[in-house]
Amino acid sequence: MVEAHSTGNGVAAPKDARNSRAITGICDRFGNDPHRMLDILRAVQDRFRWISPTAMETIAEATGLTRIAVEGVASFYSFLSLEPKGAITIRLCDDIVDRFAGLDDVVKSFEDELGIKLGTTSVDGRFSLEYTPCIGMCDQAPAAMINDIVVTRLTKEKARSIARALQSEARPQDLISPQFDALSPYERVTMAVDSNIKHAGEVLLGPVPRDAGLEKASVLQPEQIVAEVEASGLRGCGGAGFTTGAKWRLAAAEADTDRFVFCNADEGEPGTFKDRVLLTERADLLIEGMTIAARAVGASEGLIYLRGEYVYLQEHLESVLTERRTRGVLGTDIMGKAGFDFDIRVQMGAGAYICGEEGALISSCEGLPGEPKTRPPYPVNRGYLGHPTVVNNVETFCHAARILDRGDEWFHAIGTKGSHGTKLFSVSGDCLNPGVYELPYGLSVAELLRMVSGEDAAAVLVGGPSGTMISRDSFQRKLTFDDLATGGAIIVFSGKRNILEIVEYYMSFFVHESCGYCTPCRVGNVFLQKAIQKFRKGNADSSDIDYLRDLSATIIETSRCGLGVTSPNPILSTLENFPLVYSAVSKKSEDGMKATFDIQSAIEEARGIAKRRSYIFDRDYGK
Amino acid sequence: MSDTGFTFTIDGLPVQAKPGQTIMEAADDAGVYIPRLCDHEGLRHQGGCRVCTVKASGRSVAACTQPATPDLVVENESEHINSMRRDLVEMLFHEGNHLCPICEASGNCELQAMAYRLDMTQPTKFPYLEPCRALDASHPDIALDTNRCISCGRCIRASQDVDGKGIFGYVGRGIHRRVAVNGVDLAHTDAAVTDDAISADVCPVGCIIRKRVGFSKPIGSREFDDGLIGQKIESKRK
Ligand SMILES: Cc1cc2nc3c(=O)[nH]c(=O)nc-3n(C[C@H](O)[C@H](O)[C@H](O)COP(=O)(O)O)c2cc1C
Ligand code: SF4
Ligand code: FES
Repeated sequence: MVEAHSTGNGVAAPKDARNSRAITGICDRFGNDPHRMLDILRAVQDRFRWISPTAMETIAEATGLTRIAVEGVASFYSFLSLEPKGAITIRLCDDIVDRFAGLDDVVKSFEDELGIKLGTTSVDGRFSLEYTPCIGMCDQAPAAMINDIVVTRLTKEKARSIARALQSEARPQDLISPQFDALSPYERVTMAVDSNIKHAGEVLLGPVPRDAGLEKASVLQPEQIVAEVEASGLRGCGGAGFTTGAKWRLAAAEADTDRFVFCNADEGEPGTFKDRVLLTERADLLIEGMTIAARAVGASEGLIYLRGEYVYLQEHLESVLTERRTRGVLGTDIMGKAGFDFDIRVQMGAGAYICGEEGALISSCEGLPGEPKTRPPYPVNRGYLGHPTVVNNVETFCHAARILDRGDEWFHAIGTKGSHGTKLFSVSGDCLNPGVYELPYGLSVAELLRMVSGEDAAAVLVGGPSGTMISRDSFQRKLTFDDLATGGAIIVFSGKRNILEIVEYYMSFFVHESCGYCTPCRVGNVFLQKAIQKFRKGNADSSDIDYLRDLSATIIETSRCGLGVTSPNPILSTLENFPLVYSAVSKKSEDGMKATFDIQSAIEEARGIAKRRSYIFDRDYGK
Repeated sequence: MSDTGFTFTIDGLPVQAKPGQTIMEAADDAGVYIPRLCDHEGLRHQGGCRVCTVKASGRSVAACTQPATPDLVVENESEHINSMRRDLVEMLFHEGNHLCPICEASGNCELQAMAYRLDMTQPTKFPYLEPCRALDASHPDIALDTNRCISCGRCIRASQDVDGKGIFGYVGRGIHRRVAVNGVDLAHTDAAVTDDAISADVCPVGCIIRKRVGFSKPIGSREFDDGLIGQKIESKRK
């Protein structure tokens, strides 16, 4: 049930008291623990569709914080709202891939049927319609979240029928299946979202025996586990590529009684959706890998940080966790080994790309706004609540479990020197076979394009917007850590796409997702976005190219975390690989006047007010 | 001290440091000024403005949060570093609404003083963002004009850690992140003009205004009228 905000008149008083009881009840459920602030706020948002000022006060009182501290968290995350949202909130993914797949038509259908404009809430409080950045469904775009449900492959007709169904009282889950309630959690997930596995490799997506790695790890000493993962050459699959064994070794070496193992399932890089597939199809393997990591570093608590967009996977993950506890492979005395204790909780995010950065992820788990932490100290030394914390990507943990089963030499032999094993690639955009491909490291982009039937590609974005946009003459480059490193996103663009439109979209993404902590990323990215708009309007001159380069350099060199360090990449890599795109739209200054100044548009408003044209600037005036 | 202390260099000058000191703390002790805006003596380090960026053995870091280590080679006053700092200071000017000629803080303002120190004499190249921010004059003794806010967070930390109150906090994300108060307005908080957070040197610009004392010190005899920002620290150099 959704309760609208109180009206402030006398009638509302008992309801206010009821609401306030409901909120204190929610706080109670999370032990009135300020570290569970994100869970508390998510629950209040779900129940009341917004976080009202009174709600913030009640929460502050229950958790012992100031109201402004609660507001700081509530105002940080996109999925929390300080204004009332509709009982059904439709969030259309506005990623560039969705735009190219017909998003405009879908928006129009929803607007028409629901009678509201994008970015607004209906007067009766039933519907909100808004945009949200990449929800990890680029292989089945356009897609949308409808409350906690995901719908994909939208067309204008499908959008229309969804809107009509919702208006005639269908629940969002009924859109997935009329028998939704009778389905298992796994069925609910896979009926909504296609896993789209296009190529299974020998490590992750092929047949995987259950708990074989954990069985072997449970009789090894922690040090032996670390040594094996180290020897395999496994490097982090979340983007940065840090050696996993070395990370575990550092955490294990810390003198602390509490250590934590966190799985980074934030998967926010636009165009990345391979963790979605692992969470769906290999949840057991992931948890097995985390359990092995826990034994290696001596952790007894773990956490899966699941991005808010993947809330539809939460129930499925919880059910796998429960099943594992029942089987004795999670919880206390794992595999019958006394003292091998480890349990995991799912922590939901709430719409913030920056929470994929490991420090920000930890802040978020501590109930704070998702701001990166000052380094040093590093998470492996002092992470969650000051304790050593291993943060690894979903795929990294899955690989670790397989390495323990099959041995380091087996894994090390796959791939190339410095990039061992296989990698999952999420391929989307202008190709016939978008989906997930598990391939050994070392393939060239051209080889991958052949597999996905994307031979028309004119540009390929490797690693998402924080990665590199390459052109045809670089398609021979290799997908390895040393050449083209990627967390998994491969976005294909054909020759009919406008490179500057793509670049502008990605800059708007970074502006939206910057946490705002540091000056260069908070402000500098806005300037970059405005400069690209200037090019698109045809108002730029050649000095603007230097401006883009210089400003990017400052942002990269002075930003506090990886977001700012990589946010100028869409610009820098297209300046490098598609220079003509920029020079073609740059004006030359012929008369020495600043080319960006356009007298005609400057006096347009004055013409309107004066209701006549200009003696001087309209040459034909009076003739 | 000397048994645990160590040496590193800043622009070639040897600097003594104690374990646990940041580059900036050690530099301050040695009379070497590293430009800064969000850092303030007696408050926790934030590391947000990035004006203190230095190159430490080839890597760009924030001097206010980066620990000093033995034999570190720090580049502080090079043209390259200072031009990045100038960019950052310009960004802060363009992000807010800074009208120096009518501002009560003119002459005492660290942002303005930093612009002078970094030689921000050319017309700036960035667009103005011209945000719309309301003035909060509700409190009997204090006015808050966040048009001039540079998000240094010094008031937040002073109120939290020194006053034990938590009157200020950040809200919002990205370019919309700003400082707000713990109530509908300042009058509905327990802010007092005697708070450390409200004192003259916590806000580096002219956001937090104590009422009825404005312009009591005339322009011309203000803090930065007789020298560049940082000279107090530099005068310690032997
Ligand atoms: C802005 C930003 C976003 C990130 N997003 C993710 C993410 O969604 N998933 C992920 O695994 N790593 C992400 N990372 C990298 C993490 O900080 C961290 O390096 C990674 O989780 C470590 O795991 P790995 O070594 O297994 O890759 C991100 C980093 C930055 C700077
Ligand atoms: S670079 Fe700075 S503003 Fe950007 S996300 Fe990182 S800490 Fe936040
Ligand atoms: S003084 Fe170091 S970041 Fe602001």
